[in-house]
Amino acid sequence: MRQQHPAVYDEKAQRLADEMVLAEARHIAQRKAQDQDLDQDCDCKEGMFPQASVTDRRKFLFAAASVAGVAGSSALAQAADKKAPAGAFHFDVPADPTKEQGRAVLADGGYGSRSQFETEVRWRYPTPNDLTSWSMTPLDKMLGNLTPSGLHFERHHGGIPTIDPAKHSLIVHGMVDTPEKFSIDDLKRFPSVTRKHFIECSGNGLTEWNKPTLKTVQGTHGLISTSEWTGVQFSTLARELGLKEGSAWVLAEGADAAVMTRSVPMEKMLKDALVAYGQNGEALRPEQGYPLRLLLPGYEGNTHIKWLRRLEISDKPFMTREETSKYTDLLADGKARQFSMEMDAKSVITFPSGDMKLPRPGFYNIQGFAWTGRGRVQSVDVSVDGGKSWYPAQLGSSPEPICTLRFSFPWVWDGKPAVLQSRCTDETGYVQPTLKQLIAIRGSNGPFGSVYHLNAIQSWAVNEAGDVANVHA
Amino acid sequence: MFTRKNLLKSATLLVSVLMSSAAFAQGAPAHFGFGTAVTPQDLAGYFSIPPDGRGLPPGSGNAAAGAKVFAESCAACHGDKLQGNPTAGIGGDRLLGGRGSLATKTPVKTVESYWPYATTLFDYVKRSMPFSAPGSLKDDEIYAVVAYILSEAKVIKPTDVMDAKTLPKVVMPNHDGFIPDARPELSLYR
Repeated sequence: MRQQHPAVYDEKAQRLADEMVLAEARHIAQRKAQDQDLDQDCDCKEGMFPQASVTDRRKFLFAAASVAGVAGSSALAQAADKKAPAGAFHFDVPADPTKEQGRAVLADGGYGSRSQFETEVRWRYPTPNDLTSWSMTPLDKMLGNLTPSGLHFERHHGGIPTIDPAKHSLIVHGMVDTPEKFSIDDLKRFPSVTRKHFIECSGNGLTEWNKPTLKTVQGTHGLISTSEWTGVQFSTLARELGLKEGSAWVLAEGADAAVMTRSVPMEKMLKDALVAYGQNGEALRPEQGYPLRLLLPGYEGNTHIKWLRRLEISDKPFMTREETSKYTDLLADGKARQFSMEMDAKSVITFPSGDMKLPRPGFYNIQGFAWTGRGRVQSVDVSVDGGKSWYPAQLGSSPEPICTLRFSFPWVWDGKPAVLQSRCTDETGYVQPTLKQLIAIRGSNGPFGSVYHLNAIQSWAVNEAGDVANVHA
Repeated sequence: MFTRKNLLKSATLLVSVLMSSAAFAQGAPAHFGFGTAVTPQDLAGYFSIPPDGRGLPPGSGNAAAGAKVFAESCAACHGDKLQGNPTAGIGGDRLLGGRGSLATKTPVKTVESYWPYATTLFDYVKRSMPFSAPGSLKDDEIYAVVAYILSEAKVIKPTDVMDAKTLPKVVMPNHDGFIPDARPELSLYR
């Protein structure tokens, strides 16, 4: 492990980094406590192959307590059964489920919940204020490509608003022929499209620029999630209203306490922007913008304005706080890149990944995610020797535009130290860079480098004992 | 040359021509008409102020008045010396200092050192500050507190009055600090 770019932390950055490490440590401790009562002779321990064998009632109590601890919110714990993990309800486990009747149809009130044995949760970046913070998706626990709506990462700047859709509308005005207002029902009458896309926060991995900081893939890469989104194409609304000559930018505004605003190029809006009301077959989750959000496939997450209430068409960008003081990329020469909105090609190995342990040499099916904001993933390569040699990974499905993809690679670990890496190439020919390549371009000033758009190759080191750790290699 | 509007119309026409008459009868109308007209009242509470100051409201304020507003509504989170407050439950950004630091190993990004436009400060304060009561300040108070922050940052004089005419003319120290996105770098292509 080397630290080629030693971090220079100021007080605020040091505190943030320390708190982040502590928050992750609490989450890891919770996982380990849940694993402790598993069969000690099983290779499944250490959380590596999650087993649904948590049958002890104490565990349910523990899990419920951990929800409050992780979320820092008693309201969330109150919303669910105290004995069950977040999003689940507790039921007594029969000695033999074939010898007694189970629960009645619609015993769930008509809306299902996850099993009481499934405990995975997001955990929150410990910003001082939990109303302006973010939470990460447990990528290492994902069993498919789509992210369950309840585990979709979050980033809020003024909390999650409660919005009555009957009182919500979208106003489209500015440089249009006829400014109009649409209710949610109005919008649902338009022709709609349904598409699978990822959303990634451009701050994903910001702790990892200057030194390996967090242990798990949830911490280093958890600000990406994938959903199926349904809504009206912006181009449909543009045709309906008519665009005036010279219209070149669109301001999107949210109805949260931050009244979040971003300016988006008209070219992007007409290409593939969606005014989305559906997520994974149902209405958007409140934390994902209910009842309406902007979806800009491949653009950084902050631009996908949630709780969308207004689109103002303009000839110039508005230079909002988010697109000047925040989501800009400071380079080594003191200049900052602005409107750096597309998410570059990226991939990460989720199994094995940081803080796991390989029990013994033998066969392991390496797994991960790959994605690009510029189209489809073309190929993914895997290295087990720190990037000296690369082999093509198997793609888990046909690549779709601006959507994550699962990949896998069969690996026989010989018990010697190894460094696992994955590298994504997208259909434009762009190859995911090494951290060294990226820092040569972006510089390494600041405690968190130039903060956003870290898409470098991730390295997981496996030592002789089988411990997997986050390293810069 | 096609304008964007014409392009959309042409596309519509093309689709119409290509469709059979039977399909056309069931096709999408040229105008759906699902929306309702926007009234001035609908837009009354909405604003977004670009660098040219378009949409700035009437009113004015200076640093002296702004100091009072800041002490009452801002200092708890941003510090009485505008130095920020990282305390748990607060976490207000630092607003002052950092000039000349952006190209060093320890860049400090503040309103003074990093923000390129004074209009953005007005827009943001009016939009979402103070954190505990977003959007509660009157326009005169916003002009005043913006004047106070800019004055403390030595961007304007303590006696300068901020209003719809003067604010867009303020030149921030990092006005020329931003460049277009250079990605994707060709060096990263195979």
